[in-house]
Amino acid sequence: MSAVAMEQRKRIHPHKFTLWLGIGSIVMMFAGLTSAYIVKRNQANWISFELPVVFWYSTAVIFASSITLYLAGRSFSGREMARYRLLISVTVLLGVLFLVLQGIGFQQLWAKGITLQASVSYSFLYVIVGLHAAHVIGGIIALIVLFAGAFSKKSRNYNKVPVELTGTYWHFVDLLWIYLLVFLLMIR
Amino acid sequence: MSSVATLHGADVHGGHDSHHEHHHHETFISKYVFSQDHKMIARQFLITGIIWAIIGGLFSVVFRFQLGYPDSTFPWLEDIFGHWAAGGKLKPEFYYALVTMHGTILVFFVLTAGLSGTFANFLIPLQIGARDMASPFLNMLSYWFFFLASVIMFSSLFVQTGPASGGWTIYPPLSALGDASSGSKIGMDLWLVSMAMFIVSSLLGGLNYITTILNMRTKGMSMTRMPLTVWSLFFTAVLGVLSFPVLLSGAILLLFDRNLGTSFYLSDIVIAGKILPNEGGSAILFQHLFWFLGHPEVYIILLPAMGMSSEILATNSRKPIFGYMAMVGSLFAIAILAFLVWAHHMFVTGLNPFLGSFFVLLTLLIAVPSAIKVFNWLTTLWRGNIRFTPGMLFAIGFVSLFISGGLTGIFLGNSALDLHLHDTYFVVAHFHIVMGVASFFGMFAGVYHWFPKMFGRYLNNTMAYIHFWVTIIGAYLIFWPMHYEGLAGMPRRYYDFANWESFKMFGGLNEFISLVAMIVFAVQLLFVFNFFYSIFKGRKVTSTNPWGSNTLEWTTPIKPGHGNWPGEIPEVYRGAYDYAKDGKEFIPQNVPVGADETSH
Repeated sequence: MSAVAMEQRKRIHPHKFTLWLGIGSIVMMFAGLTSAYIVKRNQANWISFELPVVFWYSTAVIFASSITLYLAGRSFSGREMARYRLLISVTVLLGVLFLVLQGIGFQQLWAKGITLQASVSYSFLYVIVGLHAAHVIGGIIALIVLFAGAFSKKSRNYNKVPVELTGTYWHFVDLLWIYLLVFLLMIR
Repeated sequence: MSSVATLHGADVHGGHDSHHEHHHHETFISKYVFSQDHKMIARQFLITGIIWAIIGGLFSVVFRFQLGYPDSTFPWLEDIFGHWAAGGKLKPEFYYALVTMHGTILVFFVLTAGLSGTFANFLIPLQIGARDMASPFLNMLSYWFFFLASVIMFSSLFVQTGPASGGWTIYPPLSALGDASSGSKIGMDLWLVSMAMFIVSSLLGGLNYITTILNMRTKGMSMTRMPLTVWSLFFTAVLGVLSFPVLLSGAILLLFDRNLGTSFYLSDIVIAGKILPNEGGSAILFQHLFWFLGHPEVYIILLPAMGMSSEILATNSRKPIFGYMAMVGSLFAIAILAFLVWAHHMFVTGLNPFLGSFFVLLTLLIAVPSAIKVFNWLTTLWRGNIRFTPGMLFAIGFVSLFISGGLTGIFLGNSALDLHLHDTYFVVAHFHIVMGVASFFGMFAGVYHWFPKMFGRYLNNTMAYIHFWVTIIGAYLIFWPMHYEGLAGMPRRYYDFANWESFKMFGGLNEFISLVAMIVFAVQLLFVFNFFYSIFKGRKVTSTNPWGSNTLEWTTPIKPGHGNWPGEIPEVYRGAYDYAKDGKEFIPQNVPVGADETSH
């Protein structure tokens, strides 16, 4: 970021503020999808579905990854870099594991005849869960950047902002998944 | 003075050097192409917007040939458009493509990107006293995503099956089924890809505008001292950030329907005798998702024009804006209501009439903040020491058009009346006046007013006055008669009315409208000439504050560099509208409050 803009920073870092706004924007997109889902569900020919058990495992995994990332952030603040490297590596692995479990969930659904095109309710399930996974991929890319930075020999600048930004976003996709899971369990 | 005003005072000083640093390694590419200077990005948005406006305007002239002269042939049309105008007459498919692209281009590429993109970028940092946007890099990306969207949309004009042609609202099934029409094929795909890029651009821009306004104001610039332009651009950005994602979700479902065989919007469809397998979808669902963006979009287009007109009216009436807080409050009220009225576009879709009555009420409520704004503009003008600069004329023209077009909104907001008026030329007249032409007037007002700050030269006044008078008279002559056609039931979007005995009487009127449209379009080319001519040959600006304005952009050098102020950023001591106060004609915001003066 250029010195021009740096000069005027205030209490909250502009990038953090921008991220919060961006999260609001993502929330609106899922609000659009879930309200469309509710409207559609109240019409005739809605076919209900069961969620695969593996989605519960993935929930546990992403929740755990939030905890490890939180601890990683604390280690970073305390300059315990060895611990930070370990925790950030675990977080990346858990993030990837989450995606793998979601993929397995999709496979199980498909095997049970709950395919993308079979019913509008199934289509919604795939789009909503899939779009969430796309946002998780974005988070994993950010985590990998942190991971690379943590093990890089070159970067020795102590800058907490990227860690905090990634943390905020990752906790958000975690919470978003929990919300979506509860939503899909309650209304289906 | 509030404590909010001094939030970042400590950081403002001590930044003298960064202004100079930024002139070091500037190449042509970094200065004019991949620039991160908000002023250059603003100019990029403006010039791209002007190019799009010429294309979009030209399309309307071409389809007005069909509407004005449905029985004639023009061989030169075939020379230009080839088989799309075989025999010198537009093909129906081509007519629909032109109407669709006219709407898409003007609504999104000109009046959203061209208007907000230009003035939010240019004015926000200059008027709040910031050296640049919160993230100059994201700001640059915002322009280049818009550029990419432009290239894709432009290329869609040249594909064999033609561009998207199901209307700018891309309702399914025309937009969801490739076989529905020739414009539903690759043209529609390109439309969707282009709009996805456009949404990314709008979001990056909007996030940046909001962050900049809330976090980067100079010392003393409390929210209640901000010029109304900044307020309006703030609410515009909030609307965009909250509504474009919903359009994106609607478009994602549409992409699945188009390409992956889902049925979100499709059910019971027969094309050319073939029954499609899609079942269980609802086309109305798309309309809900679309208009949840679509209605706020109207205000995304209109609010910047309101804000700039407010600023220009006060400056050139040499009077404080009447009811500053009421102006801010009414912008806020409009922004809230914008999200609660989308279904008034859908009264005839079989919407539950009981539900409809709520949307009628909320829609008519918009008249209240709108009336407050109009009242305040008129009272600002009242007994002012008015200078009829071109910018001022266009700002007054904006108020006139907003009143004329706003009143017919009250007709259309009534679901009972809308049953008759829906999809007639009455609607075309209404939204063109209140949203299209009015916002164009706000944009012209802004260009004439801030051109000296953008390019260090003035636009030519003679050409400007011709531009104004022909445009305002022409706009009314084009759209006023359409109200009568609409009241008589003449439907919009139709290619030819030859089969209706009752609409034959409008033949002459349609020809008249087409003729005026051509004249008005020609005069816009005069403006374009004036614009580009004046960038290089216009009269040079010799004083830093040519309009005697209070806002901070006029405290910068005539041609500000990257960083805007060569020394320290000025501190703000008062609101933006201290005109005709204490015997002084105007008191800029950076002038400290005198001992004998009441603080603002």
